[in-house]
Amino acid sequence: MIDVATPALNVSRLHYAYPDGRAALRGVDLTIAPGERVALLGPNGAGKTTLVLHLNGILHGGGGTVEVSGLPVTPGDRPAIAEIRRRVGIVFQDPDDQLFMPTVAEDVAFGPANSGVRGAELDARVDEALAAVGMSDHRDHVPHHLSFGQRRRVAVATVLAMRPEILVLDEPSSNLDPASRRELAEILESLPVTLLMVTHDLPYALELCPRSVILDTGRIAADGETAALLSDRELMRGHRLELPFGFDPAAAAASRADRS
Amino acid sequence: MGAGHAHPLYLDRAGRVHRLAPEVKIVAVLLFTIVVVVTPPTRFWAFAGYALLIAVLAATARVPAFWLLKRATIELPFVLLAVVLPFAGHGERVEWLGLSLSIEGLHGAWNIFAKGTLGVLASLLLAATTTMRDLILGLDRLRVPSVFTQIATFMLRYIDVLADDARRMRIARLSRGYDPRFLWQVKAFAVGVGSLFLRSYERGERVYLAMVSRGYTGRLPQPAHDRAPARQWAMSAALPLASAGIAVAAAVLT
Repeated sequence: MIDVATPALNVSRLHYAYPDGRAALRGVDLTIAPGERVALLGPNGAGKTTLVLHLNGILHGGGGTVEVSGLPVTPGDRPAIAEIRRRVGIVFQDPDDQLFMPTVAEDVAFGPANSGVRGAELDARVDEALAAVGMSDHRDHVPHHLSFGQRRRVAVATVLAMRPEILVLDEPSSNLDPASRRELAEILESLPVTLLMVTHDLPYALELCPRSVILDTGRIAADGETAALLSDRELMRGHRLELPFGFDPAAAAASRADRS
Repeated sequence: MGAGHAHPLYLDRAGRVHRLAPEVKIVAVLLFTIVVVVTPPTRFWAFAGYALLIAVLAATARVPAFWLLKRATIELPFVLLAVVLPFAGHGERVEWLGLSLSIEGLHGAWNIFAKGTLGVLASLLLAATTTMRDLILGLDRLRVPSVFTQIATFMLRYIDVLADDARRMRIARLSRGYDPRFLWQVKAFAVGVGSLFLRSYERGERVYLAMVSRGYTGRLPQPAHDRAPARQWAMSAALPLASAGIAVAAAVLT
């Protein structure tokens, strides 16, 4: 079992510069406790995706450390990186990038198969992951023939099948119609995992994540309760974050509290 | 497996040939084609026998003859070349309807036509009874280098995505009044092809990132390997054995 004191994710003084020398991350510190749901907010170009790609060691080399449930991300140490990539499940923005196998079931099996799961257990993993996102009926379908919302859900399943300790979603609500957006929210809310969600969809952040972090120009600019951050007009304007017309975070938070 | 693969060469039937393991069918068709190719073109009876074999096979697989012949027209451009041979050939010539034809050329033309048609028909039967996905699986089980089967797997997945991209770009062009009626207007099309290439290239990078994030280290996981039962191998051996029998018989009798 995971020690309660060990954070699910611990990022400390993380730096990174693009090959052309432009700084992308300038000392990011972020700690997420097991089971926490955190939204990562910030304008375009703030370094959100760069940070995400550091969490499983795809980008590295700029200084600073990343630890996942106590295991440091050590580039070059292949077994350790394989374990990190099992623990950190990243759902990318375009499901067509994530779903590359000919059928849904094969795609969901890809991750666990890479970590050595075989046979009946692999089938069980696939069934479990597809059931968690409500896509069990589509296991033998071709990804191309699914709707966009269904493909996004399958993309979440491909990562869930690896039983990650932390689920990282890049813009989960983008391009979804309102019904698919709500269905995905219900699925995400039902999952018992630590969640880090990169998003521009502020109401979505408020709905799903009690805590939010604002990343701007490669630094953590604010870290706190989502409702409080969204209600701080100065802070929001200062980081090019805007609420949809007519959206009142305080009222929305209150109605959310009523519901649960 | 492969439900929903709407492919023009695949015919979804619950026939007995459909149920054979793909690797078994690939080997049978390959051997059959080799036997056909090595048969000397003057053994005419042998080719009649091969054609009969194909007809029996098509009937067993419940593939309609017309369906098969329509798709066999892909062969026509190649056969066109064969038509020229009797006129251009050297050596002894015969007169036929006032045309002077070379005997050697006639044999050459017959050779191309007969072997080409039989090969195309056999391949079409394979494609009609096996989905693309299963064909790749079959090749994989026959130990074809995984780099080829991986490329084929990705092609199978992304060809539709790519076609969709191309269609959307075309609609966007047409919506802005593009109407390529003259040759100098194809520039927009050419640029479109270029940007399609760039998009695919970038998508390739993103797909690779997503794969690496899920633990990809250079090998696709092998799908569960159930060996094709010996009974299936025996059943499908009927095709190459029968054709070899015909070839030998033709060689002995003539």
